[in-house]
Amino acid sequence: MKYAYYPGCSLHSTARDYDLSTTAVCEELGIELVEIPDWNCCGATSAHALDKEISIALPLRNLAIAESMGLDVVAPCAACFNRMKSAHNAVMQDAELLSRMTARIGKPYSGKVRILPLLAVIDELGADVIQPHVKRPLSNLKVAPYYGCLLIRPPETVQFDDPEDPQSLDRLVAALGADTVKWPFKNECCGAGLSISKPEMVVKLTHDILSMAKRCGANSMVTACPLCQANLDLRQADVEKIYGEKLGLPAFYFTQLMGLAFDIPSSHLGLDKMMVSPAALLAEAGVRGV
Amino acid sequence: MARVGVFVCWCGSNIAKTVDVEKVAEAVSKMPSVVYATHYKYMCSEPGQNLIKDAIKEHRLDRVVVASCSPRLHEPTFQRCISEAGLNPYMLEMANIREQCSWVHDDKESATKKAIELTAMAVAKARRNEPLFHQEIPITKHALVIGGGVAGIQAALDIADAGYKVTLVERTPSIGGRMAQYDKTFPTLDCAACILTPKMVDCASHPNIRILTYSEVEEVKGFVGNFDVTIRKRARSVDMSKCTGCGVCWEKCPVKLPSEFDEGLGQRRAIYVPFPQAVPNVPVIDRQHCRWFTEGKCKACEKLCPAGAIAYDQEDELVNEKFGAIVVATGFNLWDYSAYGNFGYGKYPDVISSLQFERLINASGPTEGKLVRPSDHKVPKKVVFVSCVGSRDDEHGYPYCSKVCCMYNAKHALLLKEKVPDAEAYVFYMDIRANGKGYEEFVRRAIEKYGATYIRGRVSKIFEVGDKLLVRGADTLLGKPVEIEADMVVLAAAMEPQPDAKDLARKLSISTDEYNWFSEAHPKLRPVEVLTSGIFLAGACQYPKDIPDSVAQASGAASKVIGLFSKDNLISEPTVAEVDEDTCTGCLLCKEVCPFSAIESKTIYDKNGQPIKVVSTVNEGLCHGCGTCVAACRSSSIQLKGFKDNQLLAEVDALAYAE
Repeated sequence: MKYAYYPGCSLHSTARDYDLSTTAVCEELGIELVEIPDWNCCGATSAHALDKEISIALPLRNLAIAESMGLDVVAPCAACFNRMKSAHNAVMQDAELLSRMTARIGKPYSGKVRILPLLAVIDELGADVIQPHVKRPLSNLKVAPYYGCLLIRPPETVQFDDPEDPQSLDRLVAALGADTVKWPFKNECCGAGLSISKPEMVVKLTHDILSMAKRCGANSMVTACPLCQANLDLRQADVEKIYGEKLGLPAFYFTQLMGLAFDIPSSHLGLDKMMVSPAALLAEAGVRGV
Repeated sequence: MARVGVFVCWCGSNIAKTVDVEKVAEAVSKMPSVVYATHYKYMCSEPGQNLIKDAIKEHRLDRVVVASCSPRLHEPTFQRCISEAGLNPYMLEMANIREQCSWVHDDKESATKKAIELTAMAVAKARRNEPLFHQEIPITKHALVIGGGVAGIQAALDIADAGYKVTLVERTPSIGGRMAQYDKTFPTLDCAACILTPKMVDCASHPNIRILTYSEVEEVKGFVGNFDVTIRKRARSVDMSKCTGCGVCWEKCPVKLPSEFDEGLGQRRAIYVPFPQAVPNVPVIDRQHCRWFTEGKCKACEKLCPAGAIAYDQEDELVNEKFGAIVVATGFNLWDYSAYGNFGYGKYPDVISSLQFERLINASGPTEGKLVRPSDHKVPKKVVFVSCVGSRDDEHGYPYCSKVCCMYNAKHALLLKEKVPDAEAYVFYMDIRANGKGYEEFVRRAIEKYGATYIRGRVSKIFEVGDKLLVRGADTLLGKPVEIEADMVVLAAAMEPQPDAKDLARKLSISTDEYNWFSEAHPKLRPVEVLTSGIFLAGACQYPKDIPDSVAQASGAASKVIGLFSKDNLISEPTVAEVDEDTCTGCLLCKEVCPFSAIESKTIYDKNGQPIKVVSTVNEGLCHGCGTCVAACRSSSIQLKGFKDNQLLAEVDALAYAE
């Protein structure tokens, strides 16, 4: 199994742990990731707010390179994935736009590539393929699967999982031997884009999510998006201080949980990069010391 | 050689003020075939009509042109007039020089010129008119009512009371329909059963009504006055003539299933009557679930039945009968709100439909009228009612308003407070549509006297936390998000057409709208008729309706049927399509385009019985003379009597070559 890998900016910066664990887990599963050479920004944040055509041209260039490699594209970041799907859909529905865009990026694009979030690749493998790799089932972890928005919405764009009650993370968590917490805020807004302009709102939204997860019995969170993870993890201390609530919920990437279950060394999973340390939880759960 | 008389009317000053009528008469008098032309102040008056009659005799006229008002107004008058003088009524031609000339123009000179042209066109057509004759079609005075809800029941009773036979076909085991499921009815709070069951019993005991329950219309052929209908009587597995309705069979039946009548909240057996007041009070065996039919053992009901009425070997029966008219009253279906993922995809047990709420507060319901939550049977203290679930919502459901939900939401809020006085009722609404007699007052009562809290806004999400349901929405009047921790949520799901409405429409050759509601002939002026003669609509099969509207329309449909049956014969209009079998190529494009299904294919055989060719043929009872087939025919083989190509082209020529 071989994919064109698009890490995007976050996996090379704030979400290094996602990148590390993705690489480690894919290696374990025999998934070969070939980084797209000379990739550029996916167009999230500024581009699509300012110039529609640039927001299409940017991801389309990456897709065109992947197409020339003859590989399907894997994007672990939900925002990258969403931008790629949006651009692909836009040019596939408008031949005139496609020819304008290919002229702009100076590369042909026929739209033959499949664009997948990493979670979809893992989900397509299924529990039957995952479980034989599980050496240390995560039996004492009670994990609240948190999908956020960009991975599953808008449904007609992403065509992945269910927009209101998604299940792919739930299935994965169960396959790893952990408890999947049933809770209602799987797809609540984490405040992502307002992180800089309105941090107080992000603190409130993050609080609502973490607090609900805790109320429903979770002792940890799992995400598939660098922005979700950043808000849940990075803001947790603020939330605890402002709301006077002890949360202590480590927010894992699903690849980190997989790595733990596969017994991959912690140093390959970037667990040390998490702001809310999972060390105590993992020790208590008997998964391992970090 | 035709002898045409032209009669130009002044219509007082209506025409004469703008049109020089004298000049019109003079101009057309010079046209070929015109042997007489005159003008008169009021041609429709008795002296005016006598003028025409006398002229017919005196000048041996064989066709008459009246230049006056619209034929919609006085064509029948002048047709009668000339037929009294011995001419075929279709030898009349009218030129509309009032609505289409004098009333819409100011300049007398040009108006006069136009009036001359219009009259000349009529003369040109009249020259080619041929005598046409009505056909008389006998009427079978037996009505078929499809659907045994309150609309069907009302229509059946009205027709039967007028002295005509009615067959009422209902597909479930009992008549009663949706109304039988309801608890109380807005705005008077009469108990639905108390006002409906007497009507159901009246139906059953009426000498002119035959009820066929557990039956469905299989095929409909024929046309107004003479529908030929096949009805499938599904095997009840119980002999109706022997059964006394004692109930021993269903008490002892070991199979328990969710009851459709109780909207899945209660249970029924494999042999069952849907509800205690069922008419007829004879059970049916649900063969898909009965142990005898699925596993070949049990037969408990047969062993216990004191009347020996169980009949496992019964088979479906096909009844073929003629009917003169059909009333369609098949009602509505409740939309499946599980399409709303943000309301939990129908997975939360205490998020229920309004119809389920009706069953929960109904004394004959699964809880005998004690309002409890389906999940834990606790009495709910805080209930949220959500309007427009699937109505006025293009994204999930339908763009239309289901019309009755605002009223029953108010009713439910009020009944909640009556059942559980310390309960709180919250109603999320988009607009309150309470436009009926006593309706607005009723809603105000629910709000002001019963203290229901109305919140203007949509609900964005419903989710379970512990044993509570959190309802999150917007209060658009306050401009703030709201969150209510409720014990139970009642969704006013949209009313939608029956899932098989399209199939029935196909069988009946009637049309449906974009949602599959049955289409009326005219939205304002012919609301109970459909475009196919002899078929009428009653109740919510046409569009969401409440009980008063359904009953009113049912009586309207019944009066249409009674009007039809008051004649012994139907007089068919002779202006229908006619096929020239010599030139018809049998492409049957006309059959495709006919909106009334009046065209069939016909095989012509030689004298040895060998087929020669296929042609189309027109059923004059069904044809409305719309002319669509004429326009579609590639070989001009189909013509509309009274409006043939040569007649219409003569009119065009008369206009084109006018001086």
